[in-house]
Amino acid sequence: MLKVDGLNKLFGRNKAVDDLTLEVDRPQFVGIIGRSGAGKSTFLRMVNRLTDASSGTLTFEGRDILALSGGEKRAWQSDCAMIFQQFNLVPRMDVVSNVLHGTLNERSTLATMFNIYPQADIYRAIDILERLGIAENAAKRAEALSGGQQQRVAIARALMQDPKMILADEPIASLDPMNAQIVMDALRRIHEEDGRMIIANLHTLDTARRYCDRIIGMRDGRKVFDGTAEQLTLGVARDIYGADASFTEEATSTDMATLKKEYA
Amino acid sequence: MTDLSAPHQPASDVRASYLAQIQRRRLYSGITLLVFVLLMVSGFNTAAARNGGGFWDGIGNFFDYPSELVLEAVSKIDQLPGHFLTYLPALIETVNIAAVATLIGALFAVILSLLATRGLAKYPRLIGVIRRFMDILRAVPDIVIALVLIFILGGGPVPAMIAIALHTVGALGKLFSEVNENADLKPIEGLSSVGANWSQRMLLGVVPQVAPNWLSYALLRFEINIRASAILGFVGAGGLGYELRNAISWGQGRYDEAAAMFLLLFITIVIVDQLSGHYRERLTHGASAKGAVA
Repeated sequence: MLKVDGLNKLFGRNKAVDDLTLEVDRPQFVGIIGRSGAGKSTFLRMVNRLTDASSGTLTFEGRDILALSGGEKRAWQSDCAMIFQQFNLVPRMDVVSNVLHGTLNERSTLATMFNIYPQADIYRAIDILERLGIAENAAKRAEALSGGQQQRVAIARALMQDPKMILADEPIASLDPMNAQIVMDALRRIHEEDGRMIIANLHTLDTARRYCDRIIGMRDGRKVFDGTAEQLTLGVARDIYGADASFTEEATSTDMATLKKEYA
Repeated sequence: MTDLSAPHQPASDVRASYLAQIQRRRLYSGITLLVFVLLMVSGFNTAAARNGGGFWDGIGNFFDYPSELVLEAVSKIDQLPGHFLTYLPALIETVNIAAVATLIGALFAVILSLLATRGLAKYPRLIGVIRRFMDILRAVPDIVIALVLIFILGGGPVPAMIAIALHTVGALGKLFSEVNENADLKPIEGLSSVGANWSQRMLLGVVPQVAPNWLSYALLRFEINIRASAILGFVGAGGLGYELRNAISWGQGRYDEAAAMFLLLFITIVIVDQLSGHYRERLTHGASAKGAVA
């Protein structure tokens, strides 16, 4: 399905992504780990075409993604939903409108200007919110919601796109452990129930271990690990994070000890 | 988890209440749109009825004057470089008036804006007074001030300069104080804690934060003032405007000179815009960062 070959991204003289090659052949839940600046976000942004690649190829179902432009590029972006660390909702609009933004690729500017959406779409948006457990907040402004609820609105917007894959860029990095759990559970459920491919950048090793079928480790723009959670040993983790022998897995964790016991 | 303990509303209720809300909102925006359209149409009709000649009768002649001007200028295009040279001193006078007025106006605007910003002002009670004072400076058209000053001081660049400077104090003072409102108060608190006085706090705590935005507004004002100074020439304040008034009157056969002056003004504005864009970029992002991108 997704095939990345020799992908590079240069910022000035700095290589953010360095000769990245990987293949995802079926809808997996892929976690990308690495410390900040490892190129995780840049990679996801290149897949969604928010950032242009410097060189290399990226194909999805045989289609060259990096060559798309204009309307085709926007259609691809609609097929490839993105979830951000800071949620990136429109704060002053209500929750349902934010979810309906997932259909903007099919809407005209005029209909958007007068905020006109088909009733079926509105019902579908509310159903998705119901599925994520936040339908009560449908009419509230997005800014009135807590971080965890806002992130679920962002997931609802992604689902509204009916995407072929979902990219999540540090979806839980600005949430407390409890909300992080809810959001990750929601993503995992979407993966299992809908069979959608999910690629998530994660800060913490334990989250990646618990939720991902496959873990990719990045360091300084390069892929340094690709395998399952079991194959990810302490030595490999030290290598990914560039840490010495004093490094333990808990060092990357933001989880509370109590939560860990409760959900382990 | 929090959501499970909350009272659970069935999806159908959510649907109905949200749709009701949407319909209400659509009704309101529909009414607003209708009022807007009605106001536009009725306003247009009123204006057209009061118009001496009538809008629809006159619109056909709209391009007569510009086309005559352009045609005449094109027919004498070989004389254009000569006109440029002739009017360069007048242009320099106009730009000088604008530059001095902007500089003096901006200096006073800095002081007034700091005194008129909530949270920064030295005398919080005077905020309202200073703001109203700046309102007055903005409200009186600079051409009126210039006419009065020309009457008192006689024609020439000084009345124009004072008139534009006064207007600039009011306009920039308002914009500067809005910039000041967004300044971070923490450095100022830090400076207070070491016993700095008001001017020291402003100089070290506020100015470094807001200077790029101030400069950006001041440069924009400079552009506006060049145009204002050209217009003040029409009422006898000297510079390019005075020459333009003489050349642009209908039927004198000097449209080529008028066109040359328009071009000079246009080129000047473009140059100022480019220069100010360059310096704003350097101020906000730093000289080194720009070098790295290029």
